[in-house]
Parts: sequence; structure tokens; C-alpha cells
Amino acid sequence: MTLEIVWFVVIAFFWLGYLFLEGFDFGVGMLMPVLARDNTERRVMVNTIGPVWDGNEVWLIVAGGAMFAAFPGWYASLFSAAYLPLLLLLLALIGRGVAFEYRGKVDSDRWRRTWDRVIMVGSWIPPLGVGLVLSTTVLGLPLDADGNRVGSAFAALRWDTLLGAVAIAAFSITHGAAFLALKTSGDLRERARKLALRLLPPAMVPIVAFLTVVQWREGTLWTLLAFGIAAVAAVVAWFRLRADRDGQAFAALGVVIAGAAVVMFGSLFPNVLPSTLDAANTLTIEDAASSPYTLTVMTWVAVFGAPAVLIYQGWTYWVFRKRIGVQHIPAVHAP
Amino acid sequence: MEVLELARWQFGITTVYHFLMVPLTIGLSILVAAMQTQWVRTGDPRHLKMTKFWGKLLLVNFAMGVVTGIVQEFQFGMNWSAYSRFVGDVFGAPLAMEGLVAFFVESTFLGLWIFGWDRLPKKVHLACAWAFSLATMASAYFILAANSWMQHPVGVTFENGKPTMNSIWAVLTNNTALAAIPHTLAGAFSVAAAFLVGVAGWHLWRRRSNQDVWRSSLRLGGWVGIAAFAVLAITGDAQGKLMFEQQPMKMASAEALCHTEKPASFSIIAIGDVAGSNCEDVKTFNVPALLSFLAHNDFKTEVKGVEDLITEYQAKYGTNYPDDPSLGSLAGKPIDYVPNLPVTYWGFRMMIGFGAVSAGIGLLALWLTREDRIPTARWFPLLVLGGIATPFLGNSAGWIFTEMGRQPFVVVPNPSGVDGVWMFTAQAVSRLTTGEVWTSLIALTTVYAALGLVELYLMRKYIRGGVEAVMPPETKDSDKPGEDTLAFAY
Repeated sequence: MTLEIVWFVVIAFFWLGYLFLEGFDFGVGMLMPVLARDNTERRVMVNTIGPVWDGNEVWLIVAGGAMFAAFPGWYASLFSAAYLPLLLLLLALIGRGVAFEYRGKVDSDRWRRTWDRVIMVGSWIPPLGVGLVLSTTVLGLPLDADGNRVGSAFAALRWDTLLGAVAIAAFSITHGAAFLALKTSGDLRERARKLALRLLPPAMVPIVAFLTVVQWREGTLWTLLAFGIAAVAAVVAWFRLRADRDGQAFAALGVVIAGAAVVMFGSLFPNVLPSTLDAANTLTIEDAASSPYTLTVMTWVAVFGAPAVLIYQGWTYWVFRKRIGVQHIPAVHAP
Repeated sequence: MEVLELARWQFGITTVYHFLMVPLTIGLSILVAAMQTQWVRTGDPRHLKMTKFWGKLLLVNFAMGVVTGIVQEFQFGMNWSAYSRFVGDVFGAPLAMEGLVAFFVESTFLGLWIFGWDRLPKKVHLACAWAFSLATMASAYFILAANSWMQHPVGVTFENGKPTMNSIWAVLTNNTALAAIPHTLAGAFSVAAAFLVGVAGWHLWRRRSNQDVWRSSLRLGGWVGIAAFAVLAITGDAQGKLMFEQQPMKMASAEALCHTEKPASFSIIAIGDVAGSNCEDVKTFNVPALLSFLAHNDFKTEVKGVEDLITEYQAKYGTNYPDDPSLGSLAGKPIDYVPNLPVTYWGFRMMIGFGAVSAGIGLLALWLTREDRIPTARWFPLLVLGGIATPFLGNSAGWIFTEMGRQPFVVVPNPSGVDGVWMFTAQAVSRLTTGEVWTSLIALTTVYAALGLVELYLMRKYIRGGVEAVMPPETKDSDKPGEDTLAFAY
């Protein structure tokens, strides 16, 4: 395996980590207005992800940074071509990030309602945006020979990429419900579990439809295998939720997104950004990659850095492993 | 406006805005970790109160620093894709390292610190504060290494029309970076110091409760501010000397030095338009031979002026831009090698001036609070609160000077650099529509402005609330929180 291929896999891994981790914290934000009945329940929901959402978001930054370092051509073409979706994503992440920190800082219902709205919108847009950008890189863009987008600012908006966007959002909201079932207690937990059970079947529709499109166009035998595993995992997740096994259901949903990532990046390989205009303009791993020296340096950094991240982030989840319920939430205190 | 100008405005606004948050985060996180260390060592409640109060203000500010940082990384690909393709092999590496080695640590351990007060043993919790605050410094290191490469490209060879990295060590130990890092970190500490002096000074003057907390905070801020200024002066001098060697045009512009002088005099202040066509008209108050000393450590060496450097640059890098349609209206036009003179000249002076004023206020505050004295003058709170703004202004001016001083280049060719490794800013920009960049410029600026106001409002609220706002007073037994209640929850 060449270093270019190693880095293709590493970047796929960072994106998967992002979809998995921030996927559930987006889901929690999406469900805030639906699931919680009062401010205390909303606070329970925010606090299930309070200690971890920021660390989860870094997976996006590292996925982007690793693309820049290992495949500058890929990073440059994709990020400039998908300009407006990325802008929306950034605005949503800006609002959402400060909203968590700020919503409890003033004791006023209007203040909280405003920030809750920011959290909700800021939790819907990023999975849609990331879904759109990732499906664009898998399904391609009208690119010229220099790797620049031909056509309007909306060239990335097509029915198939929009389907990808909806698929990722559908996954996030389901994953969020399963996470809440796992992390909360009491009445809230029971409602979250029931909601996850109801959300799972319809959420699978866009996911399966999108993966079918990808598999149909570019898939191989082993991406088909991953597709099959993802489908089975979705069924397992539903039965585990019904059997009150939240942890297992949450893990099974993790397998769903991992399978989906394998289908997407597996069918993309060995390209990184196909041109829908002319196959000769398609960016391949070879075209987009940095020099062997840079890739070697980055490999050493990743060999030591990535396991350390997994260990201390894993520790964070261990430290905050307890379920949270309304009885744990201290009284509102703002100066 | 063209895409190029819009993209430059956006880069400038995003960077300066991000850099209003970051220095306070860096400086304050280290100081808060130090306060918490004192508390763990001595058990003195004064240090716990300090940790909680300044820690809260740190968190209000930190959220803004993080979210504006994401924009920084994305805009290279979004607005500057030609630049990203050209330099990705070398510039992407420190950025990715920042994420993988520093930013992950920062955000994860911050979460542990905020929510871990009752979950972690005291010392482990303290270690989280240090992990988080040291990682903010590591972040700064990697980002400045990347920026320094644009100012002084090293560690590369020029192959197939692109710089190809051949030594990550050279990139990470670039002498430009080694001078910029302590300078920028000292700038960060001067921001945190002025913040401590301002807020604590105001509370001290009001003579309400917790006077010991405010006195300790003020005196800590005063001393840190003075030490930071000393480091700023020493490293600034070192940076200046490197800059004369690496980017003579930037320094000549900082001095509005038209013609080569031997020995060269240092301009204190100018009256008139420094960018005027005839620079003899500009009256400046000069210190003879001082510029020669700043550049070369002696009082007689010549320093090259703008006019002479233009001829030199034209011979080396051409008189006209390539006739390439991607350059828009600049294609085939003559290259203007002189950065915006008023900006570089006044930016340089504002950086030094505001830095000095800030340290001066710290010194004065220390003097007025000596031996348990409490300042009573009415101007005192105005002075120290106003002083909070001075290092912010100095930092911003410094960045604007550094970045605009390298125009028209995005990667600056250096007399001591690698042949062929340079890029015009005009060549770096993405092929976008003006509509796209206008949209992002307006949207980001609006959101920044709105959130900036919210942050100021919250900061003010917590500052006024004092220690009581972050440490609720002991409640009666009847409504004491249960055993299970979280020590901290959003």
C-alpha cells in the first residue's frame, strides 16, 4: 500500500469519526425543541453533550487540515467549488458553538428561546452541509482541467447530492435519539428511546436510496458487502432499541455510518473528486497528493497523534459516563 | 470590487476578529491554570475565587475563539484555492499538526476542566487545566510556523512549478517563526494582563467585597504586563533585524524611507501624507542613525529605501504581471511592489505605541496599589478599564502591518530564500464569482458583529457580578442541592 492510499484511508477515517461523533451531538440539537418538555429537560439534553461536543467538532477541523496537508489539490478544488454550502456550514457552527456556552448565561426565557433556536438551526444545517460536500466529492462536479468549478455557484446542488445531504441529516437525528436514550434517565430516556424507534425506519429511506445511487454508479463488490453490513446493522439497532439495550443500539448505528462511509469512500477510490464534465479532468489520488516526504512526515505525526486522541477522548467519555436526569441539574444561576 | 479585493477584506476581517479572542484565551488560560495551582498548593480560598472568576470570563471568550478559528482553516481552500494548491505540500503540514496535536488536546481537556470539578480528583483536574492551556500555546506555535513560512519560505526545493518540502525541521524552526512566536505570545500575555488590571482595578476601586481577590489579580496583571512588554521589545527588535534581511521592502515601508540612507535615521512620527508621490514633502521627526542600529546593530550601515528597492524587485520578479486571464484586471499590468504606506507606517507605530501605553498603565497601577493602598481617584477606573483596549489595538495593528507589509506577495521572495518560491497575492485567489465572496463577506461580518456585541454584554455582566456571580453563596440546608446534583451544568 502506498502512502497516498494510506492517507486516503486516514482522511476517510477522520470524516467517519466526524460523522459518528458530531452526528449524535447534532442529533441532540435537532431534537431539543421536539423532545424536551421544559427548560430543565432541555438542559439535560445540552449537558449530555456538554463536555464532548467541542472535542467532536475538532474531527472536522482535522479532516479538513489533513486533506490540506496530504491532498492539497482535493482540498482546494472541493472547498472552493462547494463555497456556499461550506459558508452556511461555518455560519451554523459559529452560532451553535456559542449558543451552548451562552444559553444559560442570562436567566430569561426569551434569551434561552433565542439560543435554543440557534442551536436547532445550527444542528440541522451542518449535517446537511457536510452530507452535501461529501456526496459532491463522491459523485463529482463539473471541473475544468485546472480543477476549478465550471458553472454557477449552485453547481454542487443536484438531486443526488441533496439526497446525500438528507441522508446524513437523517442519520444524525436518529443517532442523536439513540444517544439520548443511552445518556439520560427517567421519563426523558423513555421518550428518547421511543422516538429513536419511530425515527429509525423512515431515516433509513434516504440513507439506503443515497447509498444505492453511489453503489449503482461506482460501487464494487466489497462496497456492496459494506452496504449489506450497514443494512443489517440498522435492523439490529431497531431490535436492540426495542429490547431496551440502548448501548448496543447506539453501537449498531455506529456500524451503519461506518458501512456508509466505506461505500462512499470505497466507490470514490482511486479518485478524490470526479469531474462530471470530462473524465480526463477527474482528480485522482495521484494528482492531488503531496510529495512522498510530506506524506511520510504526516504519517509519523498521525501514528503518534491519532491513538493519543482516541485514548484521551475515550477517557472523557468514561469520566462522563453516568446517565443524566432532571434531578442532576442544579438551579439556574446567572448573575 | 473584484474577487481578489473581497477575499483580502474577508481574510483581514476574519483574522483580526479571530485575533481579538485568541490572545485573551491564551494569556488568561495560563494565568488561570497558575491561579488554580496556587489554590491546590495552599488551599487559600482567595485563589479558588480567582480561578473561578477569571475562568468564567475565559470560557465566555473561548467559545468565540474556537468558532472563528474554524473559518480560518476553511477559508484557505474556499477563497485561496490557487494558493492552497501551490503551497499545500508544505503549508498544510503545520496546519494539520495544529489540529491533530494541539487543538484536539485543547478542546477535549477544556471540556474535562469545565465539567470535571466534582468528577475528577483535584490534581487530575488541575492537570487538565494545564493540558488545555499549554495546548493553546502549542496551537499558536504551529499556526505561526505556517504563517512564518509565507513570510520566509524555507525547508523546500522548487520542483515541477511548486515548492516541495524537504525538511519539516527547517519549517518548524524557521528563524522567522522562532522570533514571531515569543513576540506573539508576549502580545497575548499583555492582553490578559491589561484585562486583569482593568477588571480588578475597577473592583478594587469600588471597595466592595473580596478585596484580597482583586488586589492579587491586579498585581499579578501588572507584573505580567511589564514582563510581557520586556519580551515584546526584545523579540520585536530581533524580528525587525530579521525583517530587514528577509523583507527589506516591508521595513522600508514601515519607516516610509524613500531613499537609501547611510547611516539611516529612524522616524518617530510623520506630518503629511506618507504615501504622497513626492516623499520629500513629508516632514518626519527623526532620530539620526537609529534605523541603522535597529537593522544591523551598528550606527553606520546603509538601509535601503523604497525607491531603490522597487528597481531591485523589478529586476528580480518582473515589471508586469503575467498576461493570464485568471489575474482579472491585473493581467499584464505593472506590478506595484510598495505596500500601502500609510498602513505600514502607522500600523508599525500603533503597534509599538499601544504596547508601551499598556505596559505603562500596568506600572502605574502597581505603584498606586503599593503597600495595601487603594486608589481613590475618579480617573483610576477609567484609566485601567480603557487600558484593556490598548494591547488589543497594538496586536491588531501588528498583524495588519505584518500581513499588509508583505503585499503584493502572499509568499514573499526572500533574499535568503529558495529560488523561485514566491507567489503574488493576485495569483492565489480562487476562481469564484464576486457574488459568492460578497455573500460570505457580508454574512460573516454581520454574524461577527452581532456575536461580538453579545460577548461584550456577557463579559460586562460577569465582570460586574464579581466573585458572587460565579460562586453562588451557601444555601440554607433546606434547599441545599442533593448529593447527585452536578457541580456545573450548562
